[in-house]
This record gives sequence, C-alpha cells and structure tokens, in this order.
Amino acid sequence: MNNRSQEKYDVIVVGAGPAGSTAALAAARAGLKCVFFERAEEPGQKNMFGGVLHYSESLNELIPNYWTQAPVERYVTKYNTTFITPDSSISFTLEDARFGREPYNGFTLLRSKFDRWYAEKAREAGALLVPETTVDDLVWKDNRVTGVRTGRSDGVLHADAVIVANGANSLLAEKAGYAKNPSPSNFSVAAKEVLALPEETIDQLFELKGKEGLAHLFLGECTRGVEGGGFLYTNRSSLSIGVVAKLSALQRKKISIADLLENFKTQPLIKNKIKDATLKEYSGHLIPEGGYKTLPKLYGNGLLFAGDAAGFVCSTGLTLEGMNFAIASGLAAARAVVRAREKGDFSEGQLAYYQELLERNFVLQDLKTFRRAPAFLSNPRLYELYPPLACEIASRIYRVNGEPRKNILSIMREETKGKISMWGLVKDVIQGVRALIWT
Amino acid sequence: MDIEEKLTRVRFRVDQAPHIKIDKSLCETCLDQVCLYVCPVKNYVLNQEEIVFSWQGCMECGACRIACENKAIDWSYPRGGFGVCLRYG
Repeated sequence: MNNRSQEKYDVIVVGAGPAGSTAALAAARAGLKCVFFERAEEPGQKNMFGGVLHYSESLNELIPNYWTQAPVERYVTKYNTTFITPDSSISFTLEDARFGREPYNGFTLLRSKFDRWYAEKAREAGALLVPETTVDDLVWKDNRVTGVRTGRSDGVLHADAVIVANGANSLLAEKAGYAKNPSPSNFSVAAKEVLALPEETIDQLFELKGKEGLAHLFLGECTRGVEGGGFLYTNRSSLSIGVVAKLSALQRKKISIADLLENFKTQPLIKNKIKDATLKEYSGHLIPEGGYKTLPKLYGNGLLFAGDAAGFVCSTGLTLEGMNFAIASGLAAARAVVRAREKGDFSEGQLAYYQELLERNFVLQDLKTFRRAPAFLSNPRLYELYPPLACEIASRIYRVNGEPRKNILSIMREETKGKISMWGLVKDVIQGVRALIWT
Repeated sequence: MDIEEKLTRVRFRVDQAPHIKIDKSLCETCLDQVCLYVCPVKNYVLNQEEIVFSWQGCMECGACRIACENKAIDWSYPRGGFGVCLRYG
C-alpha cells in the first residue's frame, strides 16, 4: 500500500465475503476505482456457514451459470426436517427433481473455497484486494464518511463511498451508531464440523446419486430443547454437521454450544451416519437472527451496509438463507454507488436508492414477509415441548401393545395434559400461522 | 472428542498479543457467566470459581462480546493476517 493512502478511490469495500466481493466485482465492472479489504491472509479463511447457497439471481447476472465454474459441492434435491427425541423422531422430506436442474435451487459448498474463488473474480475485474488488513474505523468529515482507517501503518484511505460488508459481528456498524447495542436474543451462535467420508458412502447413506445433495435440519433433543437446531449438509466427499443456538437461550439453560454439538453427534440418526467419518475441521460463527424488526440503518452519507453486517439473514425455521441475501445486497449497494457517482452526489438522500433496490428485490420483501418469524421462532415451546409431544403422539398412533387402542383425539388430549392448555396451543398455532403461513 | 483435539484440525496464526481482554473485576461479581456457554471453543473456563480465558483458539465469532451484558469483554478482531485460518469453512 505504499503511497496508496494518497490516492482516492471511488469506493472502498470492507470485507471480501459474498457481500463484499459482489460489491467489489460490480463496482469494478462499472469502471469504478475500487479497493476491498480482507482481514484474513486470503478471502474465505474467516468464513463459515451451514450451509447452502440458494439460487442467486444476482450472482447469475454477474457470472452467468456460476455453478459451472464456482467451487460448489452438490445441488440440493432433498430437504429434510426432523423432530427428534432421545428415543424417537418424526421427519418431513421434500424431494424435487426440478431442484436438480438448472439453474438449481441451491448448492452445498465450503466457504473457504467459494469465497476465495469469488474474491478472485472481483480482483480479475479490476478491484484491488488488500488482504491481511483490518478496517478499524470509518473516517468522517462534516457528518459524512470520507474513508476508512485501517490497521496498517499508513492507515487512512479515502473514497467517495464506503460499503461495509464485514459480517455479523460488525463493530463498524456499532461504532457508526447504525446498529444498536446488539442483544443476545437477536443472535445465534453455530458450532460446526466438517467430516470427511468417501463420495460413494455419502451417496449410499443418504440415498443420493451423482451430484445430488441433502439439506437436513433437526429440532428438539439435538439442542436439548434450547432454541435453535441441528443441521447436516452433504458436500461432495464430506458432511457439514453442526448446531445453532440462541445466545440468550444458552445462557438461560446453562448449556455450552460446544457440548450441544457433541450431544447432537450422539443422536442415533447422526451417530450411525458419521461412525466412519474423520474430522477435517471445527469452526464457529455468529448468526444475526433478529430479522426485519432489528435491521440497522442501512445507509447514510457516503456509507452503506450489506450482508450480515446489515443483518440480512432470513430464517423461517424450515429454511435459513443468508448468502443469497448477502450477494443481492452487495450488488444493490454497488449499483447505488455507481448511480451516486453518475450524479456526483453521495449523500444519504441519493444513496436511498440502495434501500429502493432492496425493496424492489427479495431482500427486504422476504425479510418483511417473515418479519414475525424471529419472534415465533424464539418461542421455547417450539424446541422443548412440541418435538417430544409430536413424537409421542405419533408413536402412540403406531404403537400396538395389547392394550385397547384410543382414538387420535384422546391420545392428543392425554399427551398435552399438564403440558400446555388448549388456549396456549391455539395461541402458538395462531402465532405460527401469522409468522409463516398467512403473513 | 474434546475441544483441544478438535482444534488440532484447525490452522491458527496466533498473535502474541491477545485481541480480547476481560475485566476480571466485573467477572468476580457476575452470576450469569454466559461466556462459559456461548463460546464454540470453550475459551472461557472456570478455575476455582474464577473465569480463566485464552484467545489462541478463538474462532473470532464475537458471541462472547454480545452475550456478556456486563460488558466485561473488550473485544476486537486480531491484527490483519492473524487468527483462525479456515480451510473448509
């Protein structure tokens, strides 16, 4: 960065994850002089997710048929959700052959490989990647952002606009006063293992063929009833297995996230699958799950927030999306900056175009549609009461033990008795319907 | 498998200076001790009723910073190029 601090850039992007690299790629393609910072030695080394990259229109626009060149693992054709108790489980499976055809519904992938590939695309397009560099603060002048202060000795770099895409734990968003004091009830933490298994073994174990993949979510005993869940995703020749739990719930129940993962791995459904697998890597990460109602201020004078730093994660309990939101928001941020440059105006009023773009595409629409999902999903009964209840009712429906059989309504009455009132049950159902079904 | 063994599968470029500092005077009066539960690598442990912490195996997720409502944790990212280096992610 010799003498580079003297130069002025059109746009500075903080972070080379999916949001940051998208912004850098789109800005560079539009002819903007762009620099993007990454605190790791190489992009991808600090990044982790479940996970699945769901279909991204924005990525397909920037890199047509991205799946032909991106380091993706398998396309997901099977989505499973399982309620789990120590002795029993109930599963729901969706298989759809259409998900296995272009443009594909979603891909499992490994972030260290994907993010590195993607940042390289932005670099090839002409954006300057500066790795091994933290951005410690924004530089302000007359109530507008004019640059960033980096951890390097030659410190400050100036630009007309700064796109902050530095992830869920965005100290910059807080320092700028854009994100409120983060609350433990709006964040979850994940612990994950990547476990190696031969490709053919994975195909056999999960009844997949070719590059078909599985996304499997678990609720209940896998987190010992703590708000959160377990996940299993099939990569080409490895599994991504982990647990997610709300920070406030771990505190309330005094259970360690690391122990929850060990507990999850002892569940028969998981244990049998991973008995011959070898651990390749262990990792942890933070997830912003507050949704629409806790979004920070998204833009200001010369400043925009994208990806996890903006809280763009959408969870419905059945699906969890973040990467496609990050990419779409990174593209919208770059477009807003490109237009601001055309107008020669980087004020908050002009950058409001960013919000307009997000409202026009799925990012803010989906978050708004499922705005009540975070409150619904923080109902402890969803994790500690309903999974065992559903399993027990189902088990009794199938159970034949010589006793006279009872009808299903009687079973349901007996099983819910003392655990939840009819009124409590109705209230939870209404909340669920309002959060996810009739929003 | 315990955390120490799991961490042998992860590459770290450890900085000599810690990127996290804790104010032990605040920890002494803390009843929640939520740091014990939210850290994916159990960097916070109880040793004779005292919170002891290490930063070397830190995943840099920031869960402890957000969970500690006593504000006893002074959290920053490691210097550029240091810390966890995931190969899979």
